[in-house]
Amino acid sequence: MDILFLLIPLSLLLVLVIGVVFFWSVRSGQFDDLEGPGYRVLMDDDLPPDNDVSMGGK
Amino acid sequence: MCCAGCQAVAQAIVDNRLTEYYRHRDALPESPREAMPEALRDLGLFDHPDFQKSFVKPVGEYEREATLILEGITCSACIWLNEEHVAKQPGVTAVDINYATRRARVRWDERRIKLSAILAAVSAIGYRAYPYDAGRSEQLAQQERRAALRRLFVAGFGMMQVMMYAVPAYIADAGTMTADIESLLRWASLLLTLPVVGYSAAPFFRNAWRDVRLRRVGMDVPVALGVGSAFAASVWATLTASGEVYFDSVAMFVFFLLGGRFLEMVARQKAVRGVEALARALPAFAERMGHYPSRETERVAVSSLARGDVVLVKAGEIFPADGIVVEGRTSADEAMLTGESKPVEKMHGADVIGGSVNRTSPVVVRVTQVGNGSRISAILHLMERAQSEKPRVVELADRVATYFVAVLLVLAITTAAVWSVLDHSRALWVFVSVLVVSCPCALSLATPAALTAATGAMSGHGLLATRGHAIETLARATHFVFDKTGTLTYGRMHVTQTICLGPCEAEAALRTAAALEQYSEHAIGAGLCEAAGDAMADLPDVSAVRTFVGRGIEGTIGGIRYRVGRIEFVKEIAGSQRPLSAEGADDEGQSPVALGSDLGWVALFKLHDQVRREAKALIDTLLREGRKVSILSGDAPGAVAAVAQILGVADARAGLSPEEKHAYLLNLQRQGAVVAMIGDGVNDAPVLAQAQVSVAMGGGTDLARTQGDFVLLSGNLTDLGRGVDLSRRAASIIRQNLVWAFAYNVVAIPAAMAGWITPWMAGIGMSASSLIVVLNALRLQRRNSPSLSGLRDNQWDAV
Repeated sequence: MDILFLLIPLSLLLVLVIGVVFFWSVRSGQFDDLEGPGYRVLMDDDLPPDNDVSMGGK
Repeated sequence: MCCAGCQAVAQAIVDNRLTEYYRHRDALPESPREAMPEALRDLGLFDHPDFQKSFVKPVGEYEREATLILEGITCSACIWLNEEHVAKQPGVTAVDINYATRRARVRWDERRIKLSAILAAVSAIGYRAYPYDAGRSEQLAQQERRAALRRLFVAGFGMMQVMMYAVPAYIADAGTMTADIESLLRWASLLLTLPVVGYSAAPFFRNAWRDVRLRRVGMDVPVALGVGSAFAASVWATLTASGEVYFDSVAMFVFFLLGGRFLEMVARQKAVRGVEALARALPAFAERMGHYPSRETERVAVSSLARGDVVLVKAGEIFPADGIVVEGRTSADEAMLTGESKPVEKMHGADVIGGSVNRTSPVVVRVTQVGNGSRISAILHLMERAQSEKPRVVELADRVATYFVAVLLVLAITTAAVWSVLDHSRALWVFVSVLVVSCPCALSLATPAALTAATGAMSGHGLLATRGHAIETLARATHFVFDKTGTLTYGRMHVTQTICLGPCEAEAALRTAAALEQYSEHAIGAGLCEAAGDAMADLPDVSAVRTFVGRGIEGTIGGIRYRVGRIEFVKEIAGSQRPLSAEGADDEGQSPVALGSDLGWVALFKLHDQVRREAKALIDTLLREGRKVSILSGDAPGAVAAVAQILGVADARAGLSPEEKHAYLLNLQRQGAVVAMIGDGVNDAPVLAQAQVSVAMGGGTDLARTQGDFVLLSGNLTDLGRGVDLSRRAASIIRQNLVWAFAYNVVAIPAAMAGWITPWMAGIGMSASSLIVVLNALRLQRRNSPSLSGLRDNQWDAV
């Protein structure tokens, strides 16, 4: 069981790394909009917006 | 906000006993300057008149009003603290703060205090205030969201890892785990819990500390006490290698609490987004046609537009300011401003509203209003006023919540004392559970959350609440009193007949009447002016014009005193013989208007107005709900009776002066009625003010002068019906929320005292309890609730 003395500190280190990565991702704005990117995949930017479509959504 | 700076500043306030702060301001310790130098240097800038121009509004000669946005507010107790503290500053005349939007409306006397001093006072107690502007508010919301997300993540991740280290201790049989492994796991847990307590839970401690320094009990005090004592006991057990550790529970508890707060914050930000969207509705640039009718355009900032400028607005663009179409025709989408979901046709000469969207084709618009005078800014101002006023119920709930915390602390300590006698090993647990399980937040959130959601939903339908108490009172209203002209009818009067009473021609009589009526804001005036048609271009000069509200207009034309208006009013100068009775002045549905001079009667006009097609459905709905409906009108009995008959209203009174209307309302109120008055916001202002809750028709009138607890921006009575329905639902949701908050606490606290609840269960319970309150309130924002679509169907049936 002596290996635990290595593994547990290692897990702590891992937690630290993950924490740093997460902080970076928050800082870079990846969590600011949780809905938009999902739609972005579906929308084709090449088409001009259609007025009638926007009306139907009302 | 920086912790060290806060502490130093808090220390300074306590030393100076709060109110003395200003006298000793120069002696303020240097530390806050170091902690937040940028912020304090900024403050001086706020006193600059040019800078203030955009957000400070003069009220009286020296009084000023501004809307500030507050950073660092976590619970309603913070609101209380800020209000108390700012109100204590000499020279501050009024302050109220809205929890949901974090906005403060402050009034101060410019001679006695400067704006920067008020801002400094706020930062002196550990919060920060900025002049409100939409961009800033968005930025703050984002910062707040990011910080909350980081804290939540640290707590969640810490919780999971700590649980991994805790599980072996739970499942291992006694003696199978060696002491050094156990110690290793404890130390690892300690290391991981440290950021959870030190970083994620920092706001709880900071707020609790602030509360303690200011000698009061806030909602974070029990939480901080619970987390702190459990963590301290565990650290002690780890250091001395004895007793029990509770790191997993501490981390889990912090996570659930933060999770609850995070969701609450998201919900709250969602609720205020409607208002923010409106504030950002105006575009940044406009295409100005400097030499109209020449076609060349230049791109200028919208803020530099002035009255009379001509701008080109292309299809799909947003109108940059209020104006009149001078070229082209199009349709505009005014949904955000009036709640009208269908596009509105805009022909030559039509008014367009800044912030609405030009949908179909390019038009040239002459700007009529910019900046503070524009419709959108009037709407925003009304909205802000509503949000910064705190209804009595909310104040009461806040006060109850404060007492609640104090009682809770006493309960927790008593419980801990009793348990330490009964079962020493569980005393700490039970103590922590009692502190954590209680939920004063749900109590103080119950009402504001529902009101904010209802306000948002209503403004989506074109009904703008401009007062804090409006929604609550509308829900209670027993009596709906309508004005007729312009409210139940379209207010577009057409002259159907002109009867000459003296030696004159019909056309000349109309011109004289129109010359007087051009000074009137009443629908009849507009009708007469319209009838005068082309003659409007060269009207005779009028001097000594006087308006008699509810009666008519007097003026001198060519040395002769004329009066136009109600028959009795004209009679006062035109002599007593009234040669009209035979001619049936009180025709069905016709409103008579007389014109006369010192020399005698001149003419009688008959005007006709159409009943709004949605009025019948609204009144039917109100009557079905058991509310009483009356019509009060200054118009002639015949016209009023016709409208009352169409709408099925039994109680219709005609020929009332504003004083008589006022007295009628007073009488109703003496009999215990809660009166809702619906009328045109400018002419009916005194009567509207007497009603407990008033609705002003805001369709075409001058919004900035409109009085009324609500303004019906769309001018569509169906929206009023929806609003009444929404207000009723809001009232029932408030009731549900309060019942829930009380019931939860009444059940959960005794259960925790009995030792049936572990701290992690308590954490979930508390978070869920406040979350339920917020989510319940958000139900109001669903657009197509069944009862609303029911109302809409009725309307179409009626049509």
